[in-house]
Amino acid sequence: MAKSSKNIQPTLKFNIKYAPAPESVSAASINEQYNLFINGKFEKPLSKKYFDTINPATEKKIASVAEAGAADVDKAVKAARAAYNGHWGKMPAKERAKYIFRIARMIQERAREFAIIESLDGGKPIRESRDIDIPLAANHFFYYAGWADKLNYAFPNRNVSPLGVAGQIIPWNFPLLMAAWKIAPALACGNTVVLKPAETTPLTALKLAELIQDCDLPPGVVNIITGAGETGAALVNHPDIDKIAFTGSTEVGKIIQRATANTNKKLTLELGGKAANIIFEDAPIDQAVEGIINGIYFNQGHVCCAGSRLFVQESVYKEVLQKLKDRIATLIVGNPLDKNTDVGAINSKQQLQTIQKYIAIGKKEGAEMFESSCALPNKGFFCRPTLFTNVAQSSRIAQEEIFGPVLAIQTFRTDDEVIEKANNTPYGLSAGVWTNKGSRIFNITTRLRAGVVWANTYNKFDPVSPFGGYKESGFGREGGLHGLNAYVK
Amino acid sequence: MPAVTAFLPDFRNTPQIDHVGVEERAARFTKRSIKTESKVEGLKLTLNMIDLTTLEGKDTDGKVKQLCYKAMHLHDAYPGLPTVAAICVYPSMVAVAKKALQGSNVKVAAVATAFPSGQSSRDVKLRDTKFAIDQGADEIDMVISRGKFLQGEYNFVFDEIAAIKEACGNARLKVILETGELVTYDNVRRASEIAMYAGADFIKTSTGKIQPAATMPVTLVMLEAIRDFYYRTGKKIAMKPAGGISKAKAALHYLVMVQETLGTDWLSNEWFRFGASSLANDVLMQLEKERTGVYQAANYFSID
Repeated sequence: MAKSSKNIQPTLKFNIKYAPAPESVSAASINEQYNLFINGKFEKPLSKKYFDTINPATEKKIASVAEAGAADVDKAVKAARAAYNGHWGKMPAKERAKYIFRIARMIQERAREFAIIESLDGGKPIRESRDIDIPLAANHFFYYAGWADKLNYAFPNRNVSPLGVAGQIIPWNFPLLMAAWKIAPALACGNTVVLKPAETTPLTALKLAELIQDCDLPPGVVNIITGAGETGAALVNHPDIDKIAFTGSTEVGKIIQRATANTNKKLTLELGGKAANIIFEDAPIDQAVEGIINGIYFNQGHVCCAGSRLFVQESVYKEVLQKLKDRIATLIVGNPLDKNTDVGAINSKQQLQTIQKYIAIGKKEGAEMFESSCALPNKGFFCRPTLFTNVAQSSRIAQEEIFGPVLAIQTFRTDDEVIEKANNTPYGLSAGVWTNKGSRIFNITTRLRAGVVWANTYNKFDPVSPFGGYKESGFGREGGLHGLNAYVK
Repeated sequence: MPAVTAFLPDFRNTPQIDHVGVEERAARFTKRSIKTESKVEGLKLTLNMIDLTTLEGKDTDGKVKQLCYKAMHLHDAYPGLPTVAAICVYPSMVAVAKKALQGSNVKVAAVATAFPSGQSSRDVKLRDTKFAIDQGADEIDMVISRGKFLQGEYNFVFDEIAAIKEACGNARLKVILETGELVTYDNVRRASEIAMYAGADFIKTSTGKIQPAATMPVTLVMLEAIRDFYYRTGKKIAMKPAGGISKAKAALHYLVMVQETLGTDWLSNEWFRFGASSLANDVLMQLEKERTGVYQAANYFSID
């Protein structure tokens, strides 16, 4: 158990007010209704069903979106198969690359529109969608476009070939970026794709479909179908799929793994996490505090690699906590489209309820809660940046993934102790280490069972760097050279 | 006023600085969008925080008198503007400035201690300071001995600051670290601590004679040192970035940084200053633009 933190309160006074600076929604064109993108055309769903996607910051409907039934999924997979057997599978690699480069450049050209829609539909602050999500998505296409005609160098002494049709299911936390992570390497290796975005955030994927149409990508190479869990299940269970790539919860990941067992389908899973962010006493404390903030409050904590468990060496615990509380007091929570917003809206009502459930559990478990004192908008789904001290390793808030802006803090004394605690989790996606000692960085990072370990930084992404988990955080890697491996045989 | 803590700080409590992280954080402040009312408010505050400076060998009584008039009448075409915080001159000009500023709230700051290099004896530096005080200076801007600091002679630097502080009497002491010569953020942080523990009322980045002068990351490191000193002792120290801040927009970014690092209590000219000579006119130009909707040519604003 941690030392008592009762006497540590924010020390400084913050009364931060900036004039509202909202990004203009009129810069984005959004249709009232979206159909399924199959074989290069937007087609009405055979299911005849539509569902609404709402703005989580206002709870108002943005558009209605087609719900793909089993027959629609079948149609999309057939289109992808035809494209694979027809033109795309046989196209020279350097021609494929040109299309992927074209997609990348057009994402850059339409970056502002994508950023606005991403924030509108998903609730993330415009600063993040503008500076991180959209540029990174374009970078992924650029990066894999470069690989398309160099696969012989990526896999020396192997003559690799594509897998065929890839079914890809992506989550709601980084909608366009996850689409890029999935589509770019698949196309670079010569596969065709059926992609299903999450039901709460389908709009940027559908805008990507429009962009792909404008790119003259041959019909059927990328198909984008919308819907909820049932649509995803139909895609996973379709017999003519060669590969499933899924990013989402561990619970659903397990279902998919069961469903694809005993089939020829290749599978990669990128699932949940409960990352340890470890602050040693010799760390650059002020930058570490910034890293803690960036680790857990980035994208409202809707990040599978979020640093949701904080371990602070006991000799600097008081100092870190004091600085952390003062820093939290400066975070601006509010309208995701406002350029000054640091923490936007929780993605959905359901997710907000999950977060609130865990906050209640944390209090009940006897942990001490601190939340920022900022005002919240009256409408929409919002949650204050929150942290818990006096957390035990056995607390549920320290064991289970909350996927929200809630941090669980523990202290430690020795290297061995913190490694044992950090690894004591069914997950193993990511971790962070903060110390000024190079030797300690190498010692700790090699002993942490996590796919991505950041040293003296957190939540940094690059197309060149592979990303993926250990244990129940999944298998397979996305990004970098390793990302190609999932799409060739 | 004697120094509150007359001992060298324990550097084991001094955090290391990661330069990538601190530069990233400093860049984040520039992403805040400041428009309309908050912009006008910020610009007026900026004017009120300026130490209007002339530190040339060729300075004359006439030049200083002109600058003093400007300090009190920044732009009379715009009613209700504040005055600047202080005039910053060499000791030989203090009496002239003091007389010219009579009846106003504008303070007179004098650079002393063999400014800008600090390459003289302790005795000369003390007499330089006392001369400026005798002439009527309200504030003293001293330089630290960077050579000694870089050699690791922290006690020497500490004792020197403490001695000058004593010589200042009631005048507020600004300690110039000359961050451009200290090079690393770790050095800046350490020098800030020495200055604060030795009795500085202000810590100040630069003389303006060395490049680079004030930058946002360097100022952030110093603001964080001030915050940590406040955590430990409850005593507030003021901050003055100087040199290189000539645009209104940059000044607003600094205010954002102060507000989000130290809180609103530091947002007055008692606790934060800009050392600048050309900043005022750019701020005035922006204020006129907010008032009238159009930019006016530089010639509509007096140069000094």
